[in-house]
Formats: sequence, structure tokens, C-alpha cells
Amino acid sequence: MTRQMLDTVGVAEATPDEKQPYAELGLAEDEYARIRQILGRRPTQSELAMYSIMWSEHCSYKSSRVHLRQFGEKNPKTPRLLAGIGENAGVVAIDEHLAVTFKVESHNHPSFVEPKQGAATGVGGIIRDIIAMGARPIAVMDSLRFGELSHPDTARVLPGVVEGVGHYGNCVGLPNIGGETFFDPCYQGNPLVNALSVGVLPRERLQSMQASGVGNVVILLGAKTGRDGIGGVSVLASATFSDEDDSDSRPSVQVGDPFTEKLLIEACLELFDSGLVEGIQDLGGAGLTCALSETAAAGDGGMHVDLERVPLRATGMEPHDILASESQERMLAIVAPANVEQVLARARRWGLLATAIGEVTDSGRLVIDYHGQAVVDVPPASLADEGPVYHRPIAEPNDLGLIAVDRAETLPRPSTDEEIRRTVLDMAASPNLCDKSWITEQYDSSVFGNTVLGTPHDAGMVRLDERTGVGIAIALDGNGRYARLDPYTGSQLALAEAYRNVAVTGATPIAVTDCLNFGSPEDPHVMWQFERAVTGIADGCQKLGIPVTGGNVSFYNQTGSEAIHPTPVIGVLGVIDDVSRRIPLGLGQSGDTIALIGTTGEELSGSEWAWATHRHLGGVPPKVDLDHEMKLAELLARLAGNEQLAAAHDLSEGGLAQALVEAICNAGTGANILLPEGADPFTYLFSESTGRVLIVIPRGQELAVRSACEQRGLPITPLGVVDANTDGLHLRDHFDIPRAELEAAWKGRIAAQLGE
Amino acid sequence: MARVVVDVMLKSEILDPQGEAVLGALPRLGVNDVKSVRIGKRVEIEFDPSVTNAEEQSQIIADQLLANPVIENFTVSVLSEDAV
Repeated sequence: MTRQMLDTVGVAEATPDEKQPYAELGLAEDEYARIRQILGRRPTQSELAMYSIMWSEHCSYKSSRVHLRQFGEKNPKTPRLLAGIGENAGVVAIDEHLAVTFKVESHNHPSFVEPKQGAATGVGGIIRDIIAMGARPIAVMDSLRFGELSHPDTARVLPGVVEGVGHYGNCVGLPNIGGETFFDPCYQGNPLVNALSVGVLPRERLQSMQASGVGNVVILLGAKTGRDGIGGVSVLASATFSDEDDSDSRPSVQVGDPFTEKLLIEACLELFDSGLVEGIQDLGGAGLTCALSETAAAGDGGMHVDLERVPLRATGMEPHDILASESQERMLAIVAPANVEQVLARARRWGLLATAIGEVTDSGRLVIDYHGQAVVDVPPASLADEGPVYHRPIAEPNDLGLIAVDRAETLPRPSTDEEIRRTVLDMAASPNLCDKSWITEQYDSSVFGNTVLGTPHDAGMVRLDERTGVGIAIALDGNGRYARLDPYTGSQLALAEAYRNVAVTGATPIAVTDCLNFGSPEDPHVMWQFERAVTGIADGCQKLGIPVTGGNVSFYNQTGSEAIHPTPVIGVLGVIDDVSRRIPLGLGQSGDTIALIGTTGEELSGSEWAWATHRHLGGVPPKVDLDHEMKLAELLARLAGNEQLAAAHDLSEGGLAQALVEAICNAGTGANILLPEGADPFTYLFSESTGRVLIVIPRGQELAVRSACEQRGLPITPLGVVDANTDGLHLRDHFDIPRAELEAAWKGRIAAQLGE
Repeated sequence: MARVVVDVMLKSEILDPQGEAVLGALPRLGVNDVKSVRIGKRVEIEFDPSVTNAEEQSQIIADQLLANPVIENFTVSVLSEDAV
């Protein structure tokens, strides 16, 4: 509190034996010893706070790094990739002028503690990553996982999360163009909130996080710094000022302000376009600590900061509080001295605080003074790049063999037509398959006027350029159940589905981002799942020829010793030359032909049917065939370009039955379906074999489409016709389900369950 | 009858965008010497005259419905307990 007690570098040198709460800060004994060795003395309180943050799992990727290297090693080389892993977000070229940057990130734990603000700041954080690359954010998406829909806590967490995602995105003025919502008891107590943002930039506006150019000025831009999210380092305060400690004043929750974020977007873009900044970095999870050390380490290696210049929102903040604060809506800009006045003036015009807090040096050290006294003097790379790297033990879970033989294909199935009819309706009404519009209607999906496809389509699509019509499509998919059965195949299934969802709109997949949600890395079984999942994604992307451009890892998603299902969530980005040639979801026009591309096997293990009707999870997940997926994507892009498809829909959870329900409920016409001769109706309707797409062919194009499929060796099966006179689903020789009955089952489930 | 007032405020360390917006607007009114503005809400509750544990019940109402204890503090004050 008083200045005499400030733990300066001088004090640290004079008191080498002072006990420090490194263990409470999450640092292991050998890590603490290494810090002392790097510094040649004990760290000051501020340095200890910085190392504890930067060497945490969240920032250092210490458990995942050895495995994530595979992405770099196996990534296919593509001239499209302008910035990749290690940057704030990956950047891919769209054409000779435009590039796109996108990334998905988790905000799981904060969203459990305080659902609305946790989810909102998750969206805010990913938007700033996009700005930091020099891009204008143009859309967001969200992938949400909760406990059972019927669980009382889901009624607290889900509406809060949805409100937060909607609040931030709607206020900042970005369309939400899709995502997914999934329920499973394993996420009870560990909801997953993964937010994606995408932005567009002229290729020459690409920014870097380098703090280079000796004498260049470090400017903090945006909101004031308060005590947000400094719960982690509060142990330092309580160790020193126990009389003053008040757990209320150390909140772990951050509250954001989307209107400030909107100003940040516009101000930063103006600064980029005027060529006024040399480097830019967002302030995210580890606040100034992360931004200062990363920009210094990426640039000339030295930086000097006067910490007392940081504008504060709260009184009595100590240097380590200021360094650790996770206050939202802040960016760090590196500016040439000649441009400083102009940068400050432009920020003022946007109503933003901008403060010069330091400058780039060639000392090779990050030196932070507080009222003229050095509280930090460290080599920045030791914080940013040279954190600990663990080779955690890996062990295959013991139950894997047992699970593999417990196949869902042996479960009792509905056999009569009436039972199968009932199953179609029950499945449509189940939490994971039912209509999610209660959620998505809370999001603005069309602000900017460039949204071409939003929910409920398989992928979101936005137009980038009004003159050329060039656009992008993005899908976000994951399936923790498949990954629980087999993390390698499960992660490839997620990849294949996101890839196919993009292809189904007529776009060509070009890049990948991933959010890897797992349990504790200290559990060898979890680490095994992680290693298998990463290998699956890396191998899959190599095969598909599309690089992983970035993403994040979220560990410790568990309650006690019970980890969530391993849940890799994959985002795939695609490009389409002309968005007017997109393929929508639906049924086209009366008289069009309905057909299925792909092969239906008897694959029920890990399926939605097995879970929804038998609470069963076991067996081997469906097979993945990436060669087939590539051919399928190429075919769909070609058919879209030739305008030979009226509609298309990916088959995934719930199989053909659910795809038909969704197509019918999103169309004005009905479907008259005849299953292929000899097909077992139940298997054909509910198997979750992959690589299948339901297509609707306009009249006169049947032969062309069939021959395009045959040329590529893709099996195509005619299923029936679109019929204005059929009310809902007519499954010839089996049963009818009128539209009203289908809609009654599929719609309104979430609201009803939440009591809204 | 018992009249109870519940005041709900964001915890002092939590960002109050609404308060910041008001603070930012004050100079336009020619008011330049304000350091901070924080905005909360005041809830007035009137109980039936027969109620004897109005304060206790108000604590429950405030904690579970009116305030979000993760980011907000509240105070409960009983204004009058005079029977009418």
C-alpha cells in the first residue's frame, strides 16, 4: 500500500531469501527455481505475477505444445496462408486484393461462473484478435455445449450465455452467422463456450505484433484498467496486505463494454489505413503482462514502460494488479515518435483513451518502472516464448476396449412402421436435434447486409465484395461423443463435417481453426485423448490440403476427477466466387428430384439415436473417408457453379431422418420419399454414416448431376420428389407425417424446457 | 405495513459501462468536475401488514432475484414497520 513497501528490483536483490507464494500462484518448485536462475536473483512480486501468468497452461501451452507442433509439421503448404499459428489469428488470401482472418477461442470457465458476462467477454476477446491482424471483423459464430437441457443449472447457464453472446455481438454490430448447441451430461459444471470471429482486410493492411524500431512509443489504447480478472494474483496482495484483503475486491469476473469495442474497431482501422502504427496487439487473457512481453519478444527485444502512466479505474492498485488486470477493450500500439500526437488525437476523436506508457529499446530487457523505481527487469522472451514445456505422461484409457465392443448396433430397434414413425418424431424433439431458433433468434444475423446464409443453414456465408460477389462460408462443428469413443477418428469426423458443411453451400474449403476442449492434462488418459485428437486433425488437414491456421486449447474442463468428453471443435473456412450461386437448405420447387449422395452403412455407435433412446454411448464411431469428402466437396462446388442444385443438406447427427425433417421444416413444400429397394428403413433413416449429402436437383438437371457423380465415383441414390401436394413427409409404403406434426415435435422445445 | 428498499450496485471494481457513458456525457452539459459515476437500481418492496420477517425475506429476494451476487452487491433497508 505504501510506497516504501514496493517490491522493486533493488529490494529483491537485497532480500534474496524472502519467502514467495509461487506455489499459490500455480508455479512448480522447479519453475520457480528456473525463474531465479534466469534473473540471477529472486523475482519481484510483479515479476512473479508475470511469470505465473505467462507460464500458466493457458498462456504457455506447456502441456500441449509438444503435440501442437504436428500442425506446423503436417500443414500443407499453400500460397494462401499469409499468417499462421502463433499470430493472433490465421490470415488466408481470398484473391489478389482481399484476405480473411478467423479464429475460434474458448471462454468456458468464465461462462460457468457468470454466464452472461463470461460469454460476452469471450466474444469481445476473439473480436480483438481479429482487429490485431489489421482486419475489420465482419461476423461471429458460437459453439455452445451445456449439461442436460432438463438440468436446473442449464436453466441458469444457457439463457445467460445466449444473452451474453447476443448482447456483445448485437451491440458491437456484428452478425452472428451460425454455430451449434449441444447438450450432454458431461458438460454439467463445465459448459463449453467457444466463440469464433472472422474479419476481412486488404492484403497490404496485414499487421504484426512486433515492437520494433528503437525509440518507438508504446501506446495503450481503449478502456481504463481496473481490477477485472485479477483473482489469480490476489494471493500476492493477501500475502502482503492481509488486513486490507477483501475477496470482493478481487473479482475473477470481467465485464465488457461492446460500445467501447466498436470504437476500438473503428479507431484501429483508421490508424492502420493511415499507416500510423508499426505494431499492434490486443490485451486478452493475461492483460498487459502478455501484450508487453509478446510484443517486446517479437520485436527488437527491449522495452521500457512507466507503469504509473496506465489510466486506472480503481484506486489502490499495485503494480502486479495493473500488470495482471484483464480489463476488456484495450489494445497496445507501437507508434513512431513522429506519429504519436496524431495517434493520440485520432483516438480522442473516437472518444477513446490513449496513453503513451513506454518505448522500444535495444536493451534486450523488458524494464517496467513504477514511479521511477524498477519493479520488472526481465528478458521478454523468457516470458513469452521460453516457458516450460512438459512431456506429460500419456496412457490409453483402460475402458477403451470395453467401450469398443459395447456396440450400439446391437441395441433393440424400432421395427414396425408405427414405431419408426414415432422415433422420427421423438428424435426431432430431442434436445440435440430440435430447432434452436429460441437461441439464434436472440442474435442479429443480418447487420451489415452481407449475410447470405445464417442459421439454420449448414454453414454461415457472408459476402465480402458487392461488385464481384466473392464471399466466404464458415462452419463450426464438434462431436464429443465420437471423440470419446475414438479421439483420432472423432476429431476427423468433426473436421470432415465442418468441411462438408462448407462444401454443401457451394463454397470451397481453404483453411481450418480449432478449439480443443479437454479435461486435465495431468491425467494421462486425457493427455492420450489430446494427443490422438491433435494427430487426427493434423493428419486430416494434411490429407484435405487445408492448413490449421490457429486456435486455442482449453484444459481442465472437469469436475473432480470426471473430465468432459474430449471435444475438439473445428472451424472450416471456405471461399465462393459468387455468393449468388450458393446452395441453400430446403427443398427447392415442386417436381424437383430428391437424392442422396454417399453410402449408408449400419453405423449407429455414438449416434444421436443411441443416446436419445437408450442413453447408450459405446462402440466404434462411423468411418471417415477423406478422399471421398474431397471428391464430394469438388462436386458440390462444381454443381453450385453450374446452378445444378436447388438445395443441399449435410447428413450428420440423426441421419437421413433428421435431414429430411430439417429440409421440410425450412421449405414450403413436402417430400415424397421412396427408400431404395431392400433398404432397412430404420438403418437407412438413422445411421450416421458420414460423407452423405441430401440434394435437391431442379427439373431437367437429373442426368447432368448423375453423370457428374458417376464421373467422380460418388454413389448417388434417387429418393423421391419434392411435392407441393404432399403435406410434410410421405415415406411411401411406410408412413406419413403431416407438416403440423413434424413442426410440433421439432419446434419450441428449448423454450418449453426453460419455462420461457 | 413493512416497506423495504433494496439497493443494488455493481461491485466497485466491476466496470459500469452505463456510468461511464453518463460520465462521458457530463462535459457536454458544462459539468467538468465529476470524477466517477456509478449507476445501480433501487427496488421498493411493500409487504402485507401481517408479515413479520420482511427483512429476512427481502434478503432472499435480493440475493436470488434482484441482484447477481457474482458482480453486484446489495443492501436491504427497512423503511417503516408501522402498521397502518
